Amino acid sequence: MLVNPRRITLRVNGLNHMVTVEPRESLLDVLRKQLGLTGAKKGCDMGSCGACTVMVDGKSRLSCLTLAVSVEGMDIVTVEGLSRGELDPLQEAFVRNDALQCGFCTPGQVMSAKFLLDIIPKPSVEEVKYYMSGNICRCGAYPKIIRAVLDAAGEVKRNG
Amino acid sequence: METFILVFKVLGFGDLCLYPASFEYYAPASLDEAIDLLNKHREEARVLAGGHSLIPMMKLRVLRPAYVIDLNRVKGLKYIEEKGGEIRIGALTTYYDVITSDIVKRRVPILAECASVVADPQVRNWGTIGGSLSHCDPSGDMGSSILALRAKMVAKGSSGERVIESDDWFVGSFQSALKTGEILREIVIPTPKPGSGGAYLKLERKAGDYAIAAVGVQVTLDGSGSCTYAGIGLTAVGPTNLRAKKAEQALVGRKVDDRVIEEAARAATEDCRPTDDPLRGSAEYKRAMVGVLTKRALNKALADAKRSR
Repeated sequence: MLVNPRRITLRVNGLNHMVTVEPRESLLDVLRKQLGLTGAKKGCDMGSCGACTVMVDGKSRLSCLTLAVSVEGMDIVTVEGLSRGELDPLQEAFVRNDALQCGFCTPGQVMSAKFLLDIIPKPSVEEVKYYMSGNICRCGAYPKIIRAVLDAAGEVKRNG
Repeated sequence: METFILVFKVLGFGDLCLYPASFEYYAPASLDEAIDLLNKHREEARVLAGGHSLIPMMKLRVLRPAYVIDLNRVKGLKYIEEKGGEIRIGALTTYYDVITSDIVKRRVPILAECASVVADPQVRNWGTIGGSLSHCDPSGDMGSSILALRAKMVAKGSSGERVIESDDWFVGSFQSALKTGEILREIVIPTPKPGSGGAYLKLERKAGDYAIAAVGVQVTLDGSGSCTYAGIGLTAVGPTNLRAKKAEQALVGRKVDDRVIEEAARAATEDCRPTDDPLRGSAEYKRAMVGVLTKRALNKALADAKRSR
């Protein structure tokens, strides 16, 4: 039995989806359970780890701390929305640089990197560290994640 | 926030699923409508802005509001403007907006510096200055800058607006001066005079964490190099954000040299009221760090002030 259910339209990866949700449901749960978009991961579910990062209206956002009802009509992009048939250059850079071990944090890392490169196309190492600081990688793949982001920006050589 | 999580785990509630208790959701289109709803439901309602503090507290069931009033559909609460010697910031302005604002960078860089060390990029993209100040977490960074700048808060309720001085805003831990039924609408900062500088320095265990201690400093120097204004706010070293009044007094009316800076830093360690924190250091350590950070922040703010004179 749903409590205070609401019928809302979520715009995800360019498509409108009609869903029935409880106001207390997080965007992350609705993406994963109702829309089958399991790219965004549930790590801590408390806004600490960044595994659930998606883009909302062009800005990275923690979907575990976002009520699905509050983003109705906004433009939501998950990691699935980056690749259309082929991988986004950013994803390719993660693959090329072996920027993961278990891969659980990777979709969140990619979305944070996406936001960074949207606002700073040619970041420095320090900028990459600063803008990726909201994403934890418990395997400790940070050096290669940083390298992948710089690679995607075409900045690997300049920054070593 | 982590204190709550810790208390929860100690009490053995650590395995509760992370769903808030059920609530009814409103997304009013105007502030008046939001205030009407808030006055109808009073203590049973909570106001949602960015949600990065409220949602975790609801997930942990520290808060169980029956009604959530989402302000994000209210137009006209997101702006930074300068007019008539004041900088006005709408309550729904995000940290990201603060960091990227030319007005903030030019007039009150302390605020950009402060917003840039709050949590992580995802939170800064959506977390709001009004939400942070209304939440009144003693570890909140914004409060100390607001105290250092002696800003005013404009609260709106059903009977109109009232202006609250920053000194009166921080009533207690997680308790602002807002009365039931009121919503913070705007923050008003007196534009600093030429010859001003500011800095916000935060000591944290790791990137994106709450402060072990942090210090916000705003100063103004006159033509002769005497200090005509000093505002110092302290984070995470008391029941609320604190104003370091003795430290300010050590500066105002004097030519600030290394000896005066030392004196002010020592005074700040007397102004602060830290308690032992199981996660972020003993009271003694926090007090010592207040001294170090005050000195560093003063040096930085004074250098800026000299440059802009």
